[in-house]
Amino acid sequence: MKKFLIALLFAPVLALAAGGNVHLDKWPGSVSDKAALQNGAKLFVNYCHNCHGASYMRYKNLMDLGLTEEQVKENLMFAGDKIGDLMMVAARSDEQKKWFGATPPDLTIIARARGELGNPGAGADWLYTYLRTFYQDEKRPTGWNNVAFEAVGMPHVLWELQGTQVMNHETHKLELAVPGKMSPAEFDKAVSDLVGFMVWMGEPQQEYRKTIGIFVLAFLALLFVVAYALKKEYWKDIH
Amino acid sequence: MTMAGGIYEKYKSDGSLAGNVLEWVDARFPATSMWKGHLSEYYAPKNFNFWYFFGSLALLVLVIQIVTGIFLVMHYKPDASLNAAGVPVAFASVEYIMRDVPGGWIIRYMHSTGASAFFIVVYLHMFRGLIYGSYRKPRELTWLFGVGIFLVLMGEAFFGYLLPWGQMSYWGAQVIVNLFGAIPVVGNDLSILIRGDFVVGDATLNRFFSFHVIAFPLVLIGLVAAHILALHETGSNNPDGIDIKEKKDENGIPLDGIPFHPYYTVKDIVGVVVFLMAFSAIMFFAPEGGGLFLETPNFYPADPLKTPPHIAPVWYFTPYYSILRAIVWNFFGLDAKFWGVVAMGASVVIFAFLPWLDRSPVRSIRYRGPITKTMITLFVICFFILGYLGTQSPSPMGELISQICTVFYFGFFLAMPWWSRMDKFKPVPERVTMK
Repeated sequence: MKKFLIALLFAPVLALAAGGNVHLDKWPGSVSDKAALQNGAKLFVNYCHNCHGASYMRYKNLMDLGLTEEQVKENLMFAGDKIGDLMMVAARSDEQKKWFGATPPDLTIIARARGELGNPGAGADWLYTYLRTFYQDEKRPTGWNNVAFEAVGMPHVLWELQGTQVMNHETHKLELAVPGKMSPAEFDKAVSDLVGFMVWMGEPQQEYRKTIGIFVLAFLALLFVVAYALKKEYWKDIH
Repeated sequence: MTMAGGIYEKYKSDGSLAGNVLEWVDARFPATSMWKGHLSEYYAPKNFNFWYFFGSLALLVLVIQIVTGIFLVMHYKPDASLNAAGVPVAFASVEYIMRDVPGGWIIRYMHSTGASAFFIVVYLHMFRGLIYGSYRKPRELTWLFGVGIFLVLMGEAFFGYLLPWGQMSYWGAQVIVNLFGAIPVVGNDLSILIRGDFVVGDATLNRFFSFHVIAFPLVLIGLVAAHILALHETGSNNPDGIDIKEKKDENGIPLDGIPFHPYYTVKDIVGVVVFLMAFSAIMFFAPEGGGLFLETPNFYPADPLKTPPHIAPVWYFTPYYSILRAIVWNFFGLDAKFWGVVAMGASVVIFAFLPWLDRSPVRSIRYRGPITKTMITLFVICFFILGYLGTQSPSPMGELISQICTVFYFGFFLAMPWWSRMDKFKPVPERVTMK
């Protein structure tokens, strides 16, 4: 009965692991790849940060990606900002609302917000799919639509890199109509880096957290041995 | 007699400075009698098993929550107004704690993991009471204080969940407070009184903050003290469900009793370490708890104009939430929503009646027969199914299943006076058994 109850305890967690509507491509990157994160940061600042804030982040936190203060100042900051400033958006939100119909969301923790019940890491997969599945759609005011985000307000910001995709309505697959500056493989890598940066930005200390966690668990394992020996010693006469 | 309160000899100094100080204190404060009455001469049955760790663990989690809470309050701001970036100040202050406050993320994750851990530990603690009949005479009052703790804990968790001011915080509170609107006549005014506004807003956030950090913790600590005092008055039950006070030695010490300190203090340290390993594994490697401990929609700031497609309470409330949703019929001219609220409230409060519903001649499941074992197993299964369904969007199939489980849930309690008596019972041993 004990085993049965313990099995029951975990049943809902397993059941929750299923679910989801649009098929998501697995994000192939990793948050421990510093070079990829640096590239992602550059793409983020050049392509996303004009409209989207990352207002919980400070520029100086970008130095954790292995960059010097000079490198951050020269490559990743708007003129006029200071290294300790929050990564606020330059555009004004009321104007943006007029242009796109909605204020572009802050992206600092978007990777966490897009996670799923049972799979909080799915946010990365969603972003990786979303950023690669824009296609031309004349019915939309911006001329763009998206597979992962139907009737999206954002135009395809990375189009010069990816090129122009169209929807083949017979196969329901996207086809590259006009090639961009990057080959599809190069573009996938660039998006993967960008997503990696957003995953990292969602919780910049996440790798550090896991490192500490290993030490904490190792310490507790040691403490367990001592505590258990102490208990055995005290209890040896209790029968 | 080995009970707390003035029946122990006062401490006599050995002439040393420390001894003199202790004698001075003990003459004016029940230091010796508290130490002996609650620890070194509080005799607990020697046969406590796995299930007996969760009381002390609940106390540990309470301390974790209070200490981490103190530090969170230093940096958290209960303010629903928007900052320069257009984000609510309260939401941004949580991210500030996560990023800019040194060690802030550890404190915050301890607190968020602690909330779920509290309920896991308390549910297991309650389950222990259920299978070993710990609530039976003479421990009814210990159980009632415990149910009080559970109710206050639910309020504490509900208020606390609003504070991060994310989408699920906001809409969860909106849904729950709106439930009070279903009460006839006074409902609408009552929900306005709770919110302090017509919708959940800054006034709500501020009062929930006050309840969460002051009012409810105070009541909680008081109830925990009462729970422990009542327990130490009657003495602990044990897995055999027999009374160790019936067999005493010539000094009046129960033959099957051992002093809580040092025996159970050293044993509980082992439990604490194992618990902390599980706690740390979640906190450091999966702080979202699979999206159950930190719900992913709560990483969006609260937006009063955008209702999320699916609003679900945190996992520890979902069984009761399912019961609420299972009631879809209007009775006596009152809306189904009202009866849902009644059923939800009843599903929690009904635990308080267990001491009087259980009519079994023996306390422990060890000496009860297949009917008890089947009923308790089915009850646990129903509880999990209801909990699972509460996390999901409504569906016709889910509704039917939740209705069946709701019927069983209440049937388990209401029919207990009959089924608990009907069972086949095994003879109860004279002395406790070490299994």
